[in-house]
Amino acid sequence: MTLLLAIVTGCLYAAGIFLILRRNMVKVIFGLILLGHGANLLIFTVGRLTKGVPAFVPAATDVLTGEYADPLPQALILTAIVIGFGLQAFTIVLFKRTWLTLGTEDLDMMKATDELPRE
Amino acid sequence: MSVSQIIIFPILLPLASAIAMLFFRRSVMVQRIISLLTSFLLLTAAGVLLSAVISEGVLTLQVGGWAAPFGITLAADLLSAVMVAVSALIGLTTVIYSFAVIDSERERFFYYPLFQMLMMGINGAFLTGDVFNLYVWFEVMLISSFVLLVLGGTPVQLEGAIKYVTINLLSSSVFLAASGILYGIAGTLNMAELARITPDLAQKELLAVVSVLFMITFGIKAAVFPLFFWLPASYHTPPVAVAAIFAGLLTKVGVYALIRFFTTVFSHEAVFINEVLLVGSALTMLSGVLGAVAQYDLRKLLSFHIVSQIGYMIFGLAVHSPLAIAGALIYIVHNIIAKTNLFYISGIIERICSTCDLKKTGGVYARYPVIGILFLIPALGLAGIPPLSGFWAKFVVIKAGFEAGEYVVTGIAVLVSLLTLFSMMKIWNEAFWKDMPRKDYAAGENSYDSMGIGQRVLLFSPVVALALLTVLLGVFFEPVFRLAESAALQLLDTEAYIVPILGGKE
Repeated sequence: MTLLLAIVTGCLYAAGIFLILRRNMVKVIFGLILLGHGANLLIFTVGRLTKGVPAFVPAATDVLTGEYADPLPQALILTAIVIGFGLQAFTIVLFKRTWLTLGTEDLDMMKATDELPRE
Repeated sequence: MSVSQIIIFPILLPLASAIAMLFFRRSVMVQRIISLLTSFLLLTAAGVLLSAVISEGVLTLQVGGWAAPFGITLAADLLSAVMVAVSALIGLTTVIYSFAVIDSERERFFYYPLFQMLMMGINGAFLTGDVFNLYVWFEVMLISSFVLLVLGGTPVQLEGAIKYVTINLLSSSVFLAASGILYGIAGTLNMAELARITPDLAQKELLAVVSVLFMITFGIKAAVFPLFFWLPASYHTPPVAVAAIFAGLLTKVGVYALIRFFTTVFSHEAVFINEVLLVGSALTMLSGVLGAVAQYDLRKLLSFHIVSQIGYMIFGLAVHSPLAIAGALIYIVHNIIAKTNLFYISGIIERICSTCDLKKTGGVYARYPVIGILFLIPALGLAGIPPLSGFWAKFVVIKAGFEAGEYVVTGIAVLVSLLTLFSMMKIWNEAFWKDMPRKDYAAGENSYDSMGIGQRVLLFSPVVALALLTVLLGVFFEPVFRLAESAALQLLDTEAYIVPILGGKE
């Protein structure tokens, strides 16, 4: 299972990086979203996968002994998903507004901020 | 109420005021009063926090009562407290400056609540003692800065924002991945516990990878070579008050995170990282200042200078002796104050000449000599002319560099300081000294001449206050240096940070 998730994470990263290098704005958004998913899966995988063990302390004892499912990576991922969702929604609106204002979706055309003032 | 509960106020105050302001959507006046009041309270709270940290050492607060390392820890050592105090000061001056320069359209669309949310994110990032919590504060800061950057929606703002947003989302995903791997290795994200257990961990190679990932993500935020290209492409696009607070504080949060991670958390990894940072700092200083020398747009020129100045702070961190880190801290404080002030003044010049293009400006000194003097104080401070604060900051960093035997990079630092003076003199010659090329000073609604006396007071009081501070920091340098030195010693002695949070070693 760990191996499979590692391969999936790798593919997500590869696809994400490929997409953010494209000139089309829409593809860049997809790339950023895939990178976010890749990071989430990475946390899940390196947080150690356990199967069929609860994250509860038995009633009679104070501390966990033996194998247990660590809930913290999942809490981290949940937070990251929520934050990522908000940021991605903002980015999509920003990119749409840019497209409406500038009339282009080619990132290479957006160089007004780097130009030196004309003589 | 115990004294350590004061830590929560720099986070709670901006949040509460931002929420309160949402109820006064229609009344900009009420929003202005609330933001002014909050900024004063924030500065007071930050001052109390700083004096408490000076007298009592590191303060900690376990949020929700969960004991460390299981809950979220807020911790204020000298570095955090100083950073919070300086950013509260910049927050207050920028709020006052905003009253004078932000147009009513932006004010109606939640400029002030967003500003306070930005302050909350910045303060949270300075005060947290947990890696994942730091990620969350970075995101709070980022989303507020995104909206402040595009507020108004002019084409150039949107173009700048696309670059800024994309690179920051990329940096966030690297941060997230790095935190995940770090948790996988160490089983904790509490900075104090990480500082205690990482030296004994078996997986040294993975830890090195993680520390490089953190260096990259904070390097992007701090605009370190070669990760700085988003900064000069975006910082000159928003209104000048927004650019000023970004220039003053946002990159310094990245520098703060670098210092925190590579002194407290990864103290033993620092040897390898420091070599990378040393080369990075030299190239940052050099490429930033060369970019600045080439520019003829006033605000782009200043943006490139931010990059160049970041190099000095990173240099201090990379040399890693107590003196060098003290120098880096002094440099951060000096730079926040001087750089924000220069952006304020660039806004005033823009109002007078109706442009930021240095080829079309001129004659400001002949018309308004006082503005010329006010510009010279932070400009010469930035270049490092005694007795202003920049001289001492550079002196300490360069002295530490020579003591550590890093002659090449220290030589570059000296050279860059000369080029800084050159580009400041270029602004002086082009905007203040030469004649106005077209004799058409700005007129009409947004010009300097049309401003009333009240608006001019709002415009100049932040500039005068920060200029005064630049002089005072230089003249009364002894106590400043003592404070920075004890902050640096505290940072290098990780037990000083660990024990108040986790208690002594079993």
